[in-house]
Amino acid sequence: MKMKNHIKADEHDQIDVPAIVVARLRKKFGDRAILDDFSLIVRKDENVVVLGKSGAGKSVLIKCIIGLLTPDSGEIKVLGQSVLGLKHIELDRIRTKIGFLFQGNAIYDSMSIRENLEFPLRRHWFDLSQQEIDAMVTEALENVGLLHTIEMMPSELSGGMLKRVALARTMILKPEIILYDEPTTGLDPVTARDIDNLIVSLHRKYHTAAIIISHDMNCVKNTSDRVVLLLDGKCYAEGSFEEFEQASDENIKQFFE
Amino acid sequence: MAFPSRTKGLLIETGNIAKFAIDCFTLGIKPRYEVKEFLSQCYLIGYKSLGLVAITAFIIGLVLTMELQPNLTKYGLEYQLPMMVGIAIIREIGPVITALIFAGKVGSSIGAELSSMKVTEQIDAMEVSGTNPVKYLVATRIMACMLMLPVLTIIGDGVSIFGSFVGFNINSSIHLHLFLSEAFQRMSYVDLFPSISKTFFFGFIVGLIGCYKGYGSNTGTRGVGVAANTAVVLSSILIFLVDLLAVQITNFLGLYK
Repeated sequence: MKMKNHIKADEHDQIDVPAIVVARLRKKFGDRAILDDFSLIVRKDENVVVLGKSGAGKSVLIKCIIGLLTPDSGEIKVLGQSVLGLKHIELDRIRTKIGFLFQGNAIYDSMSIRENLEFPLRRHWFDLSQQEIDAMVTEALENVGLLHTIEMMPSELSGGMLKRVALARTMILKPEIILYDEPTTGLDPVTARDIDNLIVSLHRKYHTAAIIISHDMNCVKNTSDRVVLLLDGKCYAEGSFEEFEQASDENIKQFFE
Repeated sequence: MAFPSRTKGLLIETGNIAKFAIDCFTLGIKPRYEVKEFLSQCYLIGYKSLGLVAITAFIIGLVLTMELQPNLTKYGLEYQLPMMVGIAIIREIGPVITALIFAGKVGSSIGAELSSMKVTEQIDAMEVSGTNPVKYLVATRIMACMLMLPVLTIIGDGVSIFGSFVGFNINSSIHLHLFLSEAFQRMSYVDLFPSISKTFFFGFIVGLIGCYKGYGSNTGTRGVGVAANTAVVLSSILIFLVDLLAVQITNFLGLYK
C-alpha cells in the first residue's frame, strides 16, 4: 500500500490513456479547502473506491469530474480529454460517456419509470427510433431485475428498487465510466449487498471504469479493485482492500472498527 | 458612502433576478425548443388553474354586485350597476385578482417543485443527462405563465361579469342580453388592451419569481417551504407595483375615456 501526499503528474504519462486523471485538484467552499492538491488516476476497466469520512469531499470530487462543480485549480481528464473550461455542448458530449449514480437516486418523481429511463436517451441521442428506445429501456430494466416496474411511478417503489432504477438509468447510455455517489447509503444490508452485486455484475458485463464513493466497508470490500483514502482534501493512501484491512495506520484502521 | 446592508442585499437580489431573467431569455430563444415541456406546462399552469380562477371570479362578481346594488338603488342608480361592475372588472379587478390567485397557486407550486428538485438532485441529474435545466425547466414555465395568465384573465373576466349578472338577479331582475349590453356600452377595445397587456407582465413576474426562488433554493427541505412562500409574497408585491406603473402609463397616454 502506498502512503502519499499526491500522485506525481509524471505518472500520468506512464499509463495508457487512463479513464480518469485528476491532478492537483483544489476546491474551496468559503475558507475551507475541501480538496487540496488531490490527485487520482482511474484505469479503464477498474473500480476505484474513494473512502473518506462524511464531509471529506468525496462527492465534491465526482461532481467536479462530471462538471457539476468547477474546481478552483487543477486538472481533470476524462478518456484523455480535459473537462475543465469546456463549453456546455462539449461537456454534454463527454457526459454521454459518464454515468452518475446520485446518492439520493435523483429519480424524476413526476415521470414514470419508463420516462425516467427514456429521458437521457432522448436528450443525448436524437435520432433513435421509438423501437430502439423501447429495446434499450427494456434491457436496462432487465439488467437490474425490475422490468415489471416499467409503467409504475417512482412513489410506488421502495428505496432499494429506486436505487436499482437509478442504476439502470445510469447504465442506459452504456457509459465507459460510472461515478457512484454512496450507492448503498440508507439501504438495509441485504439490499445493499444486492446493489454491490449489481455494480460488480454490470462492471463485468460492460467493462466500465468506476469511482465508487463510499464509507460502507462491505460495499468497499465487494466492489473495489483499488481503494483510495481521501483525508484532509488529499489522497492519503491507496491500495487493495486487503492492504487497507491489514494497515496499522490509525486513520485507516478507524474505518474497520 | 457605504450602503446599508439591507439596501445592498436588495440591490444584489434585484441584480441576481435580472441576470436570471436574461439567462432564461437568451437560453429560451435558442433552438432546440422544448415544445413538449412548454405544452405540458401550459396544461398544468393554465388548464389546472381554470377551476380556481373561475370560482373566485364568479364569487367576486357576485359579491361586488350584492355590495353595490343596495347603495345604488337608494340613489336611483341601479341601472348604472352593470356598467360600473363591467369597467371595474375588465380594467382592474379581473387582471389583478386573477394574477394574485395565479401567484398563490402557480407561483408557490413552481417554487416548491423546483426547490424540491434541487434538494433531491433531480436538477443535477437533468444536467448530467445533457439537458440545460434553465432552458428545460425555467424558460418553459415562465413562457407558459406569460401565455396562460392573459387567457385565464379573459375567462375570469367573463365569469365574473356572469357572477355579477346572477347577483343582480337575486334582488332584482334583468335579462342577460340587456345586462351585457349595459355592462359593455361604455367600453371599447381600448379598455381591454391595457388590462390584458399587463397580465403578460404579471405572468412573467409569477413565473420568473417562482422559478428564481425555487431554482436558487439550497437549504434542504426547509428551503422548499421558504421558496414557495417567498415566491408568492414577492410576486404579489411586484404585481401591485407593476399594476401601479401600468395605471400611470395608461393615464399618461390617455387610453381610457
